[in-house]
Amino acid sequence: MLLLDSLTRAELRRRLRRGELVLRTGPFATRIRSDIAAVADGMACIYGAHSVEPPDSFADFQVNLLRSTGWRRWFRPQVRFDHDGDAPFTPLPLAQAFPMLEWVMNWCVSNHAHSYLIVHAAVVEKQGCAVILPAPPGSGKSTLCAALAMRGWRLLSDELALVRCSDGLLIPLVRPVSLKNASIDVMRAFAPESRFSTPVGGTIKGIVGHLRPMEDSVARAHEPARAAWVVFPRFEAGAATSLAPVSKTDTFMRLIDNAFNYPTLGQQGFEVLAGLVDGCEGADFVYSRLDEAIAVFDGLAEGTS
Amino acid sequence: MKRALLVEVLRDPGQVSGFAPAQWELLLRQARSAGLHGALPFVLDDAGIEAPAAPRAHLDWMRVVARRHSDSMRNEVRLIAGALGGTAPLLLLKGAAYLMAGLPTARGRLFGDVDILAPKESLPAVERALVLQGWAATHHDAYDQRYYREWMHELPPLEHMHRGTAIDVHHAILPETAALRPDPARLRACAAPIAWPGAMAGERPLHVLAPPDMVLHSAVHLFWDGEFDHGLRDLFDLHRLLAEFGTRPGFWDGLPARARELTLELPLFYALRYAARLLGTPVPAGVTAQLAAAAPNRARLALMDALFLRALLPMHASCADVFDKPARFALYVRGNWLRMPPLLLARHLFHKAFLSPRPPPATDDV
Repeated sequence: MLLLDSLTRAELRRRLRRGELVLRTGPFATRIRSDIAAVADGMACIYGAHSVEPPDSFADFQVNLLRSTGWRRWFRPQVRFDHDGDAPFTPLPLAQAFPMLEWVMNWCVSNHAHSYLIVHAAVVEKQGCAVILPAPPGSGKSTLCAALAMRGWRLLSDELALVRCSDGLLIPLVRPVSLKNASIDVMRAFAPESRFSTPVGGTIKGIVGHLRPMEDSVARAHEPARAAWVVFPRFEAGAATSLAPVSKTDTFMRLIDNAFNYPTLGQQGFEVLAGLVDGCEGADFVYSRLDEAIAVFDGLAEGTS
Repeated sequence: MKRALLVEVLRDPGQVSGFAPAQWELLLRQARSAGLHGALPFVLDDAGIEAPAAPRAHLDWMRVVARRHSDSMRNEVRLIAGALGGTAPLLLLKGAAYLMAGLPTARGRLFGDVDILAPKESLPAVERALVLQGWAATHHDAYDQRYYREWMHELPPLEHMHRGTAIDVHHAILPETAALRPDPARLRACAAPIAWPGAMAGERPLHVLAPPDMVLHSAVHLFWDGEFDHGLRDLFDLHRLLAEFGTRPGFWDGLPARARELTLELPLFYALRYAARLLGTPVPAGVTAQLAAAAPNRARLALMDALFLRALLPMHASCADVFDKPARFALYVRGNWLRMPPLLLARHLFHKAFLSPRPPPATDDV
């Protein structure tokens, strides 16, 4: 198994230029083609512990991130994404190439991988207790997820929770945690050992920086977990830490709101989600201090094990 | 011209058993760009092929999409039948017809619109009924309205305001302005009732075209149009229709005569020629012989071969060469040429090029 860290920067760029870089993330292999230095640099920073597959192996997705041509090459240069010729998004400023890679890799999974119920949620696990953290942007989900990952919780996913339809298990899709704006400095102060890609400003979400996942989480990306909790987090400045139960029915309905492919899966989607919620406790979680939040989560893990 | 892996697999699915991982990847990519990703799992199933784990996951994903698509399209037909009210039969065309009739052609076939055929004099009532139930016009431009209502063979496409689903209401299978105008009354006269599938019960009886007419309509749709973005998918429709109907007694005997009656011998000639050439569709020699008189002369046929054999490949980078774009453009011009007399065509292309408002780009923010 070849780790991305073991490629020289020149070799990484060469493979990216030729569409020969096949990156393994959880159950998926993505063939990435890019002529943009920031994509190579960002990947070297974030995906060092991930494995790279041979150029002629099978890739699930074909992500092309190329500089726009014509006058755009010189004036306000742009990055253009296409998935094997299909270009569903407008181009972005060139500086946003690496964040765009992250977004389009999410898009590839959520639009195709229908053997999973795909929920917009982070997933972390400790001592066999897996917690799903579904939340809309701005709720502080990623900050909480990053903090847990820096304090001994295994990261399974920051954006896409994959519930395997065949057995209801959570399948890890270990990729960076995407932090925005003030959260980046919060996390740097909270965990000085954390490693970030170069923060990029001016995106639709403000300043975005990606946290490199812990090597232990990456190495254990083949170990599924069973969900024990669905916790809906909300950051509220100055608020006291509180965990309040949410009924099964509400948990179910709120997960549907966060699921990407629930309608596509039809009856199977209903059954998978019902099975998931049956095996879980649901809770609303309000926090403002990360240390207290982690203590609550550690309590959940103790209680389950 | 490059070879297309997908075409070879549709022709002979067995050969995937020796595929390397990279070939599987290319096959799935070509299927997706050809719009045949819903059908591919069924093609391989029918051939008894078990794919390796990685591509098998994709085939399973595609099956989920195909199942969802069939379910929602069946429901859409039910809603259309309900909206139209009354007891006159609802005559379905193309994808919706294959689906509701339970034809093998429908398995995994992904399509955008429901197409129906109604007598021209009933169109205002049909449009009114649909609009009352939430379908709305999509082409508001005065020129587009006139283009459809005066010259074309259908109403301007209607889209449902909540579901976003589209319906095309046709009164004929070719435009009023085309040189070739098969009489729609003859098509309607031979249409046959089908049962509502499973537990669905619509008030209106459902009708579909008779088997030879279904094939002829599919041929006209593919070879008398200018867009070949999904050419291979449509050719594969013909392949599956012919495979299904070809085993029914009398089908092949009646097909050339019916084509003559409807003045559709040339589209049928092309359909059988390229289905056989690319997909290996079995066509009885007698049928080919009967259509020989309709064939274009040798030089013209060589040109059409060059154009169609390119445009019918998947629209994928791995299949395109430098002649791909010119061939598709030539067929686009030909498609319009077949639909309108020269002066009207010149006027139409001028209007589209310089006067029509630009459509907004069909892309989103990430």
